Amino acid sequence: MEQVTNAEWEPRIIAFLCNWCSYAGADLAGVSRYQYPPSIRIVRVPCSGRVSANMILDALRAGADGVLVSGCHPGDCHYISGNLYARRRFALLERLLEFVGVEPGRISFSWVSASEGEQFAKVVEEVTERVKRLGPARRLVKEISSCPS
Amino acid sequence: MSRPKGSVLVVGGGIAGVQAALDLADSGFYVHLVEKSSAIGGTMSQLDKTFPTNDCSACILSPKLVEAGRHLNINLLTLTDVLDVQGGPGSFNVRVRKNPRYVDPDKCIACGTCAEKCPKKVPSEFDLGLGTRKAIYLRYPQAVPLKYAIDPEACIYLKKPGRCGFCKKVCPSGAINFDDKPEEFNLEVGSVILSLGFRPFDPSGLDYTGYATFKNVVTSMEFERLLSPSGPCMGHMERPSDHKEPRKIAWLQCIGSRDINRACHGYCSSVCCMYAIKQAVIAREHSGSGQLSSSIFFMDMRTHGKGFEAYFDRAMKEGVNFHRARVHTILPAADDNLLLRYSGEDGGIREEEFDMVVLSVGLETDPEVMKLCHDLGIELDHDNFVSTSLFAPVASSRPGIFVCGALGEPKDIPQSVMEASAAACGAGGILHSSRWTETRKKEFPPERNVYAEPPRIGVFVCSCGINIASVVDVEEVTEYAKTLPGVVFAQNNLFTCSQDTINQMSETVKRERLNRVVVASCTPRTHEPLFQETLREAGINKFLFEMANIRDQDSWVHQKWPHEATNKAKDLVRMAVAKVRGDEPLPYNHVPVTRKALVIGAGVAGMVSALSLADQGFPVCLVERKDHLGGHGRKFYRTWQGNPMQEYLEELMERVQSHPKIDVELGTTIDEVEGSVGQFRTRLSNGLEVAHGVAIVAVGAESFKPRYGPWNYLYGKNPNVHTLLELDQRFIADDNALRGLHEAVFIHCVGSRVPERPYCSRVCCTHAIDQALRLKELNPDMDIFMLYRDIRTYGKREYIYQEAREKGIVFIRYDLDNLPNVREKDGKIMVEVIDPILERQIRMRPDLLVLASAVRPRDDVGELSRFFKCAMTEEGFLLEAHMKLRPVDFATDGVYLAGLCHYPKPVEETIAQAQAAASRATLVLSRDAVLSESITAVVNSMKCTGCAVCAMVCAYSAVTFDRNSGKAVVDTGLCKGCGACVAGCRSDAITIRNLGNEQIMAAVEAAMEE
Repeated sequence: MEQVTNAEWEPRIIAFLCNWCSYAGADLAGVSRYQYPPSIRIVRVPCSGRVSANMILDALRAGADGVLVSGCHPGDCHYISGNLYARRRFALLERLLEFVGVEPGRISFSWVSASEGEQFAKVVEEVTERVKRLGPARRLVKEISSCPS
Repeated sequence: MSRPKGSVLVVGGGIAGVQAALDLADSGFYVHLVEKSSAIGGTMSQLDKTFPTNDCSACILSPKLVEAGRHLNINLLTLTDVLDVQGGPGSFNVRVRKNPRYVDPDKCIACGTCAEKCPKKVPSEFDLGLGTRKAIYLRYPQAVPLKYAIDPEACIYLKKPGRCGFCKKVCPSGAINFDDKPEEFNLEVGSVILSLGFRPFDPSGLDYTGYATFKNVVTSMEFERLLSPSGPCMGHMERPSDHKEPRKIAWLQCIGSRDINRACHGYCSSVCCMYAIKQAVIAREHSGSGQLSSSIFFMDMRTHGKGFEAYFDRAMKEGVNFHRARVHTILPAADDNLLLRYSGEDGGIREEEFDMVVLSVGLETDPEVMKLCHDLGIELDHDNFVSTSLFAPVASSRPGIFVCGALGEPKDIPQSVMEASAAACGAGGILHSSRWTETRKKEFPPERNVYAEPPRIGVFVCSCGINIASVVDVEEVTEYAKTLPGVVFAQNNLFTCSQDTINQMSETVKRERLNRVVVASCTPRTHEPLFQETLREAGINKFLFEMANIRDQDSWVHQKWPHEATNKAKDLVRMAVAKVRGDEPLPYNHVPVTRKALVIGAGVAGMVSALSLADQGFPVCLVERKDHLGGHGRKFYRTWQGNPMQEYLEELMERVQSHPKIDVELGTTIDEVEGSVGQFRTRLSNGLEVAHGVAIVAVGAESFKPRYGPWNYLYGKNPNVHTLLELDQRFIADDNALRGLHEAVFIHCVGSRVPERPYCSRVCCTHAIDQALRLKELNPDMDIFMLYRDIRTYGKREYIYQEAREKGIVFIRYDLDNLPNVREKDGKIMVEVIDPILERQIRMRPDLLVLASAVRPRDDVGELSRFFKCAMTEEGFLLEAHMKLRPVDFATDGVYLAGLCHYPKPVEETIAQAQAAASRATLVLSRDAVLSESITAVVNSMKCTGCAVCAMVCAYSAVTFDRNSGKAVVDTGLCKGCGACVAGCRSDAITIRNLGNEQIMAAVEAAMEE
């Protein structure tokens, strides 16, 4: 396994945030000046229910060290039930990824509301820490092809 | 008469005022929205969460405020007082005074540098003095308008010019203007809506509460701020004396309500029971792992609204303690704790120690508001709420002036929002002939066809004064942007959103023939509409636009990492460019509107809705399944204020039948409904086809008749056992036999608040007590016993409860473990119940037994809801789009609801809701066409395998499975563009326009490039 020696190494994490809650929560973190590591790149989606398993896999394949999906709290979904589908889909994918050898900590799911700026900063910090401990992600594709048969 | 004015004055910028303003501005009237403070939002903006959904208050409110703030036809006048109102309906002349803000709102960019440097700290009124703010301040972080204001009472410079002035020195945009002066001017409007809200009762005068003496006794409003993440302790619930997290909190109910001795407020404030439960639940969540013990001390638990009883049940299950007791003494204890002394229901004195006490204070009218109402000639009742009639619930005593929200009576948010729409409907009723005469309309040039062109992307990088530039190297980012594929132009601006830069951007788009634009600045949530409008002004489709959020999500959160923040900004710009490259121009989908309404159900709700629309000139088809009008109203004797119901109903039916715009279809039901907002086609059971733009569902509910089962109580077996409505029939018929009765017993909650029907029916307590009073009128010597669980005479209805007790009507409480026992002996009724105060069984032999039975949903309502794709609650009532802020809309656009099919409610609330539904319907009916979502799902039928997962996950029934083709089809009129179907599709056959997998992945892959 590749050794991570550089303590300053910043992972690159893709965050899919729903427009109505978590993206707004990320904005509020800014308005309130909560500081968090510059590790995440936010992609705004209408709803966490828009995030398919494919998108998460593709992000890992494109070289992301981690993926965060965040949506409205249960019951708060702007589109009634999208976040619940997201949660179910995510639970399945997490197990599948673990099965194929991707560490569970690489992908995270959270609820962050539009008023939880501090919570958002905290989530980013936790996710970053977790991914840092795992080290850089070896590309998913390579990972599979380089498996000793 | 000359034509009325086409504009309306709304006074008070809380949720009710904002809702009224939005309804009016969206249906063709120009609105002046006057707010006394520096920002709109009112009390709701101060709340942490809202019951019963636990929605974050600010989150659900903010979009409405932003919409009002940006609306072309709403003139937002903050820091403004109304001085005088002359004239009458159709033509009022209003004198207002705009107080100085000392900050030029056109220049202020809300960077906050001024407040950072301001040396003067004062208690924050928004945090009720628990926190501090500066002399130059934002009322709250999400304030609308998002502009700072100087408090002249606190500002050092304004008091002694030359002494400070730091803010002026540091303001990067030169917005500070110490020479700002008050301005007085006149407004000409056709109608006025007062939505001035309430103030929380101040318990300082009630010494037994200890509020004035003990630091850890706080009011419920103060506790909201303590819970709020934007409050003085950032949501880490702390008690004031030592900033420790409280472990044991007590809530005391009815502080300043239902108290004629000390607080002089005899009414019930309606909302305190629910907010106390909410606070108890939320506080427990804040403390984590059930560390917090919360106890509520109450007289009657009043959870009479939709979803409230279930919320109460859940709180009990989750361990919130409920004590039916009134605390009479609060004493200091060790460690700043408080010792509560109270008497239980059995009369025994108990003591318990708490870390903190929250006083559930009631609602009252602000003396300044009283004075304004007095000056305007608006009549107030003896509690200083605005007087209204039950049959005209939002009309004040002065014609043409309407009232909504807690100014009329204490009420919760959904009821206030309903009334706001009802008030808008009232104003529209006077002014409809002047619709669209004073409104402004934005005109755009024709859009350039850019399909064949290769991408020519322009990138505008904002410095936001120093907000971005002090952390991110904006020059470097701008230079970098120029190197990205497709980018032909990049520029750095000091303030991209300032008016001159906007104009310049429009010119640049035309000059450089740009066909895609990226702005790297703040958040699209606030600024995307502005820039999109700029694109349209430059003749470019507004969907060819992306934003890179390099302020809120970059420079502000990585202040200590300028190098990384600059790299991140480059990444974000690269991602936005990658995304915009694939964006396509999308159509602005206009759906032409058939300007006709279908109203289903001709009870009070349906008839009021139909008349409200018809009076504004819109044709209505009113469908009723029975062969007569009137619905349940025909069975009511009088309202709780004594207004005879049948007279009102006769007049209403007469108006409906003779109205030239209303077509009544009796004995008719709905067979089939097709189409969506603006374009519905409905086939009736009589074969008639109706084309209509909107529909109002007002199908009512039914009265529960306990013919068998546990709540039977001899109903149907003994002739002297009635339901409430059956007794009303005897009142209407003036049945003389009632005068000869000696003893009557009422049993409350028959079939309500029980496992199979766990909700409260809201109307029965008031109705039963009014009937008991009527019986006393008929025979003052009659003995009357009320067997109840909690008396829920909310608001001003409390007065008839008081009257009933004064008249000697006896109230005996029972609970589900000790149900009244009703038997028949020799044809006589015998009722036995255990009195919890005497702790003894009491036996009664009434000659009349009245069952206050539940209001239950109609069994066939599910069928109807499917026609319009409306959701239902677990109990079987129809479910509105949002419990708090969209109480009369369905999630399906163009369909509204009113009356008992929504939830049990008294006639005055039914009328208000019916008027509100009509108001919401005019938003569609007043237009030639409505805009539907452009970013919608689209099916590639070549790939579609017809598995129908997309149809199953769609919450709006916008995607359906077409049996003929075996493929999924999308109704773009219904689609909201959430993308649940895309993520659910197994064969990549469905996608969202401009949000396809390829496009999102283009952004993701761009993020990973170096």
